[in-house]
Amino acid sequence: MLRAALPLLWLPLAGAGATEEPTQEPGSPGEPPPGLALFRWQWHEVEAPYLVALWILVASLAKIVFHLSRKVTSLVPESCLLILLGLVLGGIVLAVAKKAEYQLEPGTFFLFLLPPIVLDSGYFMPSRLFFDNLGAILTYAVVGTLWNAFTTGAALWGLQQAGLVAPRVQAGLLDFLLFGSLISAVDPVAVLAVFEEVHVNETLFIIVFGESLLNDAVTVVLYKVCNSFVEMGSANVQATDYLKGVASLFVVSLGGAAVGLVFAFLLALTTRFTKRVRIIEPLLVFLLAYAAYLTAEMASLSAILAVTMCGLGCKKYVEANISHKSRTAVKYTMKTLASCAETIIFMLLGISAVDSSKWAWDSGLVLGTLFFILFFRALGVVLQTWVLNQFRLVPLDKIDQVVMSYGGLRGAVAFALVILLDRTKIPAKDYFVATTIVVVFFTVIVQGLTIKPLVKWLKVKRSEHHKPTLNQELHEHTFDHILAAVEDVVGHHGYHYWRDRWEQFDKKYLSQLLMRRSAYRIRDQIWDVYYRLNIRDAISFVDQGGHVLSSTGLTLPSMPSRNSVAETSVTNLLRESGSGACLDLQVIDTVRSGRDREDAVMHHLLCGGLYKPRYRVGLLQELFKNVFSGSRGQIKLEGYKASCSRHFISEDAQERQDKEVFQQNMKRRLESFKPTKHNICLTKSKPRPRKAGRKKKDGMANTEATNGKPPRDLGFQDTAAVILTVESEEEEDSDSSETEKEDDEGIIFVARATSEVLQEGKVSGSLEVCPSPRIIPPSPTCAEKELPWKSGQGDLAVYVSSETTKIVPVDMQTGWNQSISSLESLASPPCTQAPPMTRLPPRSLVTEESQAPLNLPSDLRPSFAFPTSLAKAGRSHSESSADIPQQQELQPLMGHEDHTHLSPGTANSHWCIQFNRGGRL
Amino acid sequence: MGSRSSHAARIPDVDSIQRETGFSQASLLRLYHRFRALDRNKKGYLSRVDLQEIGALAVNPLGDRIIDSFFPDGSLQLDFPGFVRVLAHFRPVDVEDHGNRDPQEPEPLNSRMNKLRFAFQLYDLDRDGKISRHEMLQVLRLMVGVQVTEEQLESIADRTVQEADEDGDGAVSFLEFTKSLEKMNIEQKMSIRILK
Repeated sequence: MLRAALPLLWLPLAGAGATEEPTQEPGSPGEPPPGLALFRWQWHEVEAPYLVALWILVASLAKIVFHLSRKVTSLVPESCLLILLGLVLGGIVLAVAKKAEYQLEPGTFFLFLLPPIVLDSGYFMPSRLFFDNLGAILTYAVVGTLWNAFTTGAALWGLQQAGLVAPRVQAGLLDFLLFGSLISAVDPVAVLAVFEEVHVNETLFIIVFGESLLNDAVTVVLYKVCNSFVEMGSANVQATDYLKGVASLFVVSLGGAAVGLVFAFLLALTTRFTKRVRIIEPLLVFLLAYAAYLTAEMASLSAILAVTMCGLGCKKYVEANISHKSRTAVKYTMKTLASCAETIIFMLLGISAVDSSKWAWDSGLVLGTLFFILFFRALGVVLQTWVLNQFRLVPLDKIDQVVMSYGGLRGAVAFALVILLDRTKIPAKDYFVATTIVVVFFTVIVQGLTIKPLVKWLKVKRSEHHKPTLNQELHEHTFDHILAAVEDVVGHHGYHYWRDRWEQFDKKYLSQLLMRRSAYRIRDQIWDVYYRLNIRDAISFVDQGGHVLSSTGLTLPSMPSRNSVAETSVTNLLRESGSGACLDLQVIDTVRSGRDREDAVMHHLLCGGLYKPRYRVGLLQELFKNVFSGSRGQIKLEGYKASCSRHFISEDAQERQDKEVFQQNMKRRLESFKPTKHNICLTKSKPRPRKAGRKKKDGMANTEATNGKPPRDLGFQDTAAVILTVESEEEEDSDSSETEKEDDEGIIFVARATSEVLQEGKVSGSLEVCPSPRIIPPSPTCAEKELPWKSGQGDLAVYVSSETTKIVPVDMQTGWNQSISSLESLASPPCTQAPPMTRLPPRSLVTEESQAPLNLPSDLRPSFAFPTSLAKAGRSHSESSADIPQQQELQPLMGHEDHTHLSPGTANSHWCIQFNRGGRL
Repeated sequence: MGSRSSHAARIPDVDSIQRETGFSQASLLRLYHRFRALDRNKKGYLSRVDLQEIGALAVNPLGDRIIDSFFPDGSLQLDFPGFVRVLAHFRPVDVEDHGNRDPQEPEPLNSRMNKLRFAFQLYDLDRDGKISRHEMLQVLRLMVGVQVTEEQLESIADRTVQEADEDGDGAVSFLEFTKSLEKMNIEQKMSIRILK
């Protein structure tokens, strides 16, 4: 058994040729027989890549296993588990092979394992936050690291002089300084691994994490300088060498950053021209970033800094340039690579520790180092923070300082550096290795384990995520401008001044140069937020099954207000177009009763319970796909693509949580599935089912075109697809509309079922599961009866208003919340797969426009209690709202706004949404 | 800065200004120098032109509005107390300030509410206490780049107003304005460190 399993463990480090053991190959077969071999076993030829692949597989499987239990992972950071696993694996290898194999090789580590992690963190670094705190980050990274290195080194030397370190550790002051320099740097991998799970507030996180990234330059310089000093012998070190050492700090750090920025520039520029070869976009990102790393490494500059700056610098432009799919690809590949690399690093760390031949133990040194790094880290943080707080607008308080001190984790970088030491020059290397292992293990395991409880106990401000709102975004920009202006008035050229300058420069020159024109044109942050909100609403709408939205009195998840104005938004139109079900929510009124609410709850539960969201999403996806593929050469469209999914990428920090939320949502929906079914059955037994069935058929008929359905169905089907007119001349693919139509049936069917149940006064248990039992008051009943999917000839004003009141609030509380959260989850299947917006070029504007009005009588307007402000604000709104009640049946999905917005004059330069009326008429 | 000229005592009414705005003497002195530097003709007050000549302010999309806010009620002259009073909105909020404040006294100029009010009046051009859709659109036009079309701007404006509008009057009142920003750290976002 063990023998068979052995090949799995023979992992040459990332193919770096680490294994030269002629003695291995437990699985290798005998000699191939002479002549033609029917079967040949060629282990040797595939060995290296095979083992690498297996190694990664083992790491991934380990991760899966760890995450099987939420309890374990919520208590123990993954990095700890991986290290422990590594220890176990290393032990097995040692026991079987009688010698330790496959340890963390510095070469592999620096060339293959580290870059993905750093790129990932640089690319997804929140740049605004980073630059807002750049002063503090730099201070901690430079001063802090220098301080740690020198104090730790000197203190250890003092310890040795005091005789507390065994004399067999032969090391002088320089050796200890060298050791101090490599042990003092906070490690980005370890910090990321632990802090990502802790969720401290952003400022704290960015400071600790930024420090860990930027201190690489200092560490590298210190390490190199000390190393060469040691090799030269302390006697030969001249004064100029010290100066050179200081100078090299600047060369290495600034040089590294410069290399990174140059490559960022190149990368951004390259992606500007990939319009016709979208497929290589993700590859370009990785290649150029990696090239930046290797170039910096080649010139012995700070490679970590180079990649960080490359990722940080290019993101804005690259994201704007590359297609949406590429963006997703980049994101996931990056995350996957980083996660893999991180997993392997920690596992290898564990394995490496097993090899006792490489290290020698000295308690004095180990304990002394542990104490000193903790002590001087804390002391350094306190001193620096005190100084920094004199200059900071928001001082870092004591609790922050505790977390920062305690969060100074050491990791694989230190280990790789210590392994790199030359034993002939540094006789105490083995002791240093042992100490480093202990320090790394201690910080990752002990501190990693305890930092979460500590953060909880200290009540450290946690990060709170709220969805961006347009108001916030707009006002934030206003504030920025105000502050910049005030700084001008005061005559102080501070941070705001320079940021303002930079933004202007960026807007004027850089963005123009680095973004393709289409992307640049629509690139505006406020617009972006608006756009994202729309998309979110659109998706959540789809996710919810389309029952939530009303065309005029729209109540969006992102929009607390209950009044609405017409807007050219995906949301709005999707809402209107999604299904007939939405039409009953048209106007918002304030008539409310508990019963109404219950009805609404039921309605939504049922709608949600049918588990169609996924279906819909899938369909929509397809729709998107069609659109995307069918839309080559649309400048505008690309622009949208570029900005449309920004939020998917930016929120990766929340991924895990969101994933959970999504799962819960799905579960909940599944749970509500049963009751829904039940209700439907009831409904069907009543005299009404015919209608429901018919409706359903209608929905299907559209795609199948088999049904002889009454003309009024047209409205519903035709409008099923939402079309976003991006460029007026674009042609859209027809199948897209059909795809979406298909899914509407589900919704309608459900909604119908609900309403019937309610009307029949079915009694049911809990609100959650079943509809409210009571008699439905006249108006709601009426409303339900007159739900759009039935013929709408009732008293429109009455039923519309009551219906709306019922449904909207509940929606907001329940369905919307769920759907939003699920929407927002980057990792959740529908979101990640579905491009966030429908972008369909109009089929043929002329015909559609001519058709639409036919179905939209506007004479019913007066029957609506329609706020005047709304009416005036939304040009096309009153019209649309008015016609809906009457035409619900016919055109629940009818776009109202298209008439106005798609007028030939406006269509060319702005995007608008239009319903695809599919030529049904 | 302080070395160039003598002391804060030279500033007229320095005590009352200090009491009102909460600026330190050093800050006041620095602002006084700045005030006099901006006052090109040594007339003892600032006119709009003085402020408009600050280069960077001319590029600022909100520059004109911010200049306007220095000249309340259509006045044409800005004296030093007025100058400082406006700038006092951007003084960082001191932690100590909260404890020992006399409840009788008016809220300090740098309170959250006053900071917000300052921002609010940049939107509310007609001073009716509400940001109408039209006003929102104007601001957006200033802030959002030319690349966004008028139609898009309008829809953004609509949506922005809707988002904040709670009472359904199609405009954003100050209360709604503060509500829409309640999650934001205004004290931090509307403060400048050097204005202690």
